[in-house]
Amino acid sequence: MASVSIKVNGKDVSGEVEDRTLLVEFIRENLRLTGTHVGCDTSQCGACVVHMDGKAIKSCSILAAQANGSEITTIEGLANGSELHPMQTAFKENHGLQCGFCTPGMIMAATDMVRRYKESGRELDETAIREELEGNICRCTGYHNIVKSIQDAASKM
Amino acid sequence: MYETVYHRATSTDDAVAKMAEAEDAKFVSGGMTLIPTMKQRLAAPSDLIDLRHIDAMKGIAIDGKKVTIGAATTHAEVASSSELADLCPAICNLAGHIGDPHVRHMGTIGGSIANNDPAADYPAAMIGLGAEIMTTKRTLPAEDFFVGMFETALEDDEIITAVSFTAPDKAAYSKFPNPASRYAMAGVFVAMNGGDARVAVTGAGSDGVFRHTGMEDALSSNWSADAVSDAEVDEGDMLSDLHGDARYRANLVKVMAKRAVAAAG
Repeated sequence: MASVSIKVNGKDVSGEVEDRTLLVEFIRENLRLTGTHVGCDTSQCGACVVHMDGKAIKSCSILAAQANGSEITTIEGLANGSELHPMQTAFKENHGLQCGFCTPGMIMAATDMVRRYKESGRELDETAIREELEGNICRCTGYHNIVKSIQDAASKM
Repeated sequence: MYETVYHRATSTDDAVAKMAEAEDAKFVSGGMTLIPTMKQRLAAPSDLIDLRHIDAMKGIAIDGKKVTIGAATTHAEVASSSELADLCPAICNLAGHIGDPHVRHMGTIGGSIANNDPAADYPAAMIGLGAEIMTTKRTLPAEDFFVGMFETALEDDEIITAVSFTAPDKAAYSKFPNPASRYAMAGVFVAMNGGDARVAVTGAGSDGVFRHTGMEDALSSNWSADAVSDAEVDEGDMLSDLHGDARYRANLVKVMAKRAVAAAG
């Protein structure tokens, strides 16, 4: 068994899990934070994207033990109390979701994307957003409004 | 996933010691291939020894034209290094197109070349740049390191610590990604250094990454896309599968080589 101590959405949490437990399983089943989704379970779809030490990763592709000692942010940690994160607001206002299953991963990928582009001073235009969404699949194919949402939020973040 | 026991190594010595104690352990770096492979039960190591927290294996060092990249340096770090981009933009560009942004935050150069996936990008860069692969036991030229499909010269308890190369005068990488998996159907890394051209091909060869001396000779005397047209790419050396037959891949290799030469300028 592995002891896992991580900071999730600002709170220290710990648990004893089997060494083979995936980070996403730890988040969903041990912590009951079910906003992080498992879509394909094969590293393709990005529904499981969370931030580890500030960077977007696929939580279905790493063990909880690999994340031991790190800081994790999930979709539940983005809003400030009842005030939505600008990316969440943008998805709401631009109809950036249809069935909503991919949305947590999309939003976590999008906030990471905006951060990286701002830090490196590059322009996050529509082409760049579409390329950057390489690792996130929307089975409803709602990409048009997802891209619009990210563009909208990028101007406000 | 079958049961496994996770260990976090604090140094390469610690990792090697942990390997010696375990029954059938594997080293894991970013784990972007190994963990999904374990999930599919195609690999079942008794123990996993995590190299991701060994500081001595991280980072990019530049000394004149000599570049050394620690094995635990992520694709995202290579892609976004402005110092490296000034010296050898081709490798930054290559790293920035591996997998997707999330995979690039975890996956490492050492992990990629140790796995030697026949469709991975980095092996082509290592051979194209004439890189040296440094391990806990020795230093090997890239060409001796890559042995065949998913096969390298690494021994079970040997760890890649870094790779190093001299930045070429110019270089570029061009790949044709499989539309579904985005792995290279053919990826060609070209480099020119002091009149000597090097051409390395990934994704297309039936035995993994390889050098193409015919294109190298042609490009050494005439660095142009036209020079590539006249070189022969042997269909007999190509992979043939449901994604593309040997003839298609042989043609793709030439097209990617032309694009790479044009991009290198």
